[in-house]
Amino acid sequence: MKTMDHQADVRFLQDEEGELLVVSSGSWRVAALKMVVPILERQTRNIRNQSLRWDVSRISSIDSAGIVLFKHYLDQLQAQGCKVEVVGASPAQQKLYRMVTSYISASPEIRGSPQSRLLRPFNRLGELAMAFLRDINAFLSFVGENFVVLMLLLLQPWKFRYRAIVRNIQDAGVGALPIVTLTSFLIGVVIAYQGAVQLQKFGANIFVVDMIAISVTRELAPLITAIVVAGRTGSSYTAQIGVMKITQEIDAMRIMGFEPHRFLVLPRVIAVMIALPLMIFFADIIGILGGMLVANFHLNISFTEFIHRLQNVLEVKHVWIGIAKGPFFAWLIAMSGCFRGFQVSRNTESIGRYTTISVVNAIFLVIACDALFSVLLTELGI
Amino acid sequence: MQPKLEVSQISVRYGDKEIVRKLSFSLARGSIGCLLGPSGCGKTTVLRAIAGFEPLSSGHISVDRQQISDEDHHLPPEQRQIGMVFQDFALFPNMTVSGNIRFALKGWRRKEQQQRISQLLDMIGMRDLAKAYPHQLSGGQQQRVALARAMAPRPSMLLLDEPFSSLDVELREQLAQEVRNILRQENITAILVTHDQQEAFAMADEICVMDKGRIQQQDSAYNLYHKPANRFVAGFIGEGVLIPGVVESPGSVTTELGAIQGMVPKGCKPGCKVDVLIRPDDIVHDDAAGETAVVSERAFRGSEFLYTLRMPSGIKVLCLAPSHHKHSIGETIGIRLEFDHLVVFPQEQAASSTGDSSICQSFS
Repeated sequence: MKTMDHQADVRFLQDEEGELLVVSSGSWRVAALKMVVPILERQTRNIRNQSLRWDVSRISSIDSAGIVLFKHYLDQLQAQGCKVEVVGASPAQQKLYRMVTSYISASPEIRGSPQSRLLRPFNRLGELAMAFLRDINAFLSFVGENFVVLMLLLLQPWKFRYRAIVRNIQDAGVGALPIVTLTSFLIGVVIAYQGAVQLQKFGANIFVVDMIAISVTRELAPLITAIVVAGRTGSSYTAQIGVMKITQEIDAMRIMGFEPHRFLVLPRVIAVMIALPLMIFFADIIGILGGMLVANFHLNISFTEFIHRLQNVLEVKHVWIGIAKGPFFAWLIAMSGCFRGFQVSRNTESIGRYTTISVVNAIFLVIACDALFSVLLTELGI
Repeated sequence: MQPKLEVSQISVRYGDKEIVRKLSFSLARGSIGCLLGPSGCGKTTVLRAIAGFEPLSSGHISVDRQQISDEDHHLPPEQRQIGMVFQDFALFPNMTVSGNIRFALKGWRRKEQQQRISQLLDMIGMRDLAKAYPHQLSGGQQQRVALARAMAPRPSMLLLDEPFSSLDVELREQLAQEVRNILRQENITAILVTHDQQEAFAMADEICVMDKGRIQQQDSAYNLYHKPANRFVAGFIGEGVLIPGVVESPGSVTTELGAIQGMVPKGCKPGCKVDVLIRPDDIVHDDAAGETAVVSERAFRGSEFLYTLRMPSGIKVLCLAPSHHKHSIGETIGIRLEFDHLVVFPQEQAASSTGDSSICQSFS
């Protein structure tokens, strides 16, 4: 190491007219630059939109490392809106500056080293895991954004888009009644048949009522209805929002000051959260009706007998538990549908891809949520 | 005069790809600017950054001296008082024409809304179609509705993203003129993004030619054509070919077509090898001329023929000739140079013709 005055140095001074003067001196060579980096880093950060003079005449010698350092902070100052006048550069320094800067690439391309074939699956696994985490992160920030908008709206409830909510209930709820009727009726029939075969062996025909009533109201009606809604409504939300994204209607709304969460997401989420519990109750009735018909024809349990037994065995809590799952399932379906819709990029094939992803996500989330409910409720003894 | 819009050293990244690199320009109040460049050059990204849809990774943007974007702060789009016309118009399909315009006027009084809507409908000449839905309108009509919607709240600036690209050529030119007149009438500062130079020439006062995320030249249409700053601009704007030549003296270059008089860039000393830009209108067909060339291709342009001529050395040049001079392919014709401006690029500088010139100046 040489003596101190050979170390690179830089001072930030204010001259009489208030103009900022930067004086660098000493040796700006790679071995002597350690001291100036923190000074430059600290000082340049706070200088914005000023004009300043950078005196380099006292630099005794400079190498390419010094030039690169100089250029980095010169660029930073210029990026912060400063006008920098560089004074006192010797011809040799200018020549070196030009030579070095002609080799600085604005966006260096870094190629990874070639990989061994054996490592490639692990690499791919890691990439997939990172993509998965990014996806979760994006979903959580979407949920957070939505929540903030919801909270703001709760303070000004007249700003809710009630007409859009009603229209969405009509689309997602009333429109889905035929298919919900059909599926829940068939589920009731299937359960009754499957139960009947087993129960007949023991002559315990009447217990088919217990089985139908509890399984349909507590588990099957909520699950089947949610899956139908995920396939029907969740996918259409992704497609609707995706199309708006492609035609830039969402950008147009944003630039006109219409918050997409308030106008597109919340009405849909709220509508499904209202419609799904009602549909579950409807599916309960139809499912039990289906079971009742089979019990009548196949097990010779008359309608009156069936209803009498139903009154005794079906505690109202089972119905409530089934209906209470509705808003949770609805939230998951509508949120994943809308979230995927916003992810659609500027080409039409991505609509198809994200619609599929949204339905798969929604069904998975609904079943996972249902499993969580089962565990919780069993542990709580409800 | 203080510029209306100032874009200073902005960079935009998607992941680790830098789409826009340290790009700067400014625009005076009431003028129409244009970002012109091939697709993928980052022009739409710049526009979206000004609108507030893209965060900046460095640099800043200010409107009326007020900073609206830098790397840390970011005013949301709706607070920027900027109107935007989107490429596919982005009209709301479930609303009528007046409904679409009304949508942009939220928070206005009912009566004022009505007034503004009828004023705008008159401006775009679509009063009878106020109750029509977007799908009942033609492309040009939809375009005009999108423009009216963007201008409705009297934004301080208007951004147009390839506004005419989905229209046919004839409509495009007519509409470009109409839009220009409307913008002039309302004294709106506007930025247009396009890859079509005719559109840019028809609309804009000032054109920024972009390539690879940088501005290559900001100038008037005339100067872009006649005084291109570098090879990219020379190739992108208009037609033309570069032919090799040698600098003879500070005011003359010798090429195969003969000596050409004009200014030679400072760095080129006599003996230096250069490329000379030859536009089709620089070459005149003249049977009496000494130089001859063989017709190798011919394109009919209505009032003119665009001939591709092969010189004896194999170099090809373009020549515009009135269409009553009909020559067949393979024929030898006489040509003469008729030059106004000499555009010369030094040969060895081919790769690094842009970039650090501004920094070099600040250094000296």
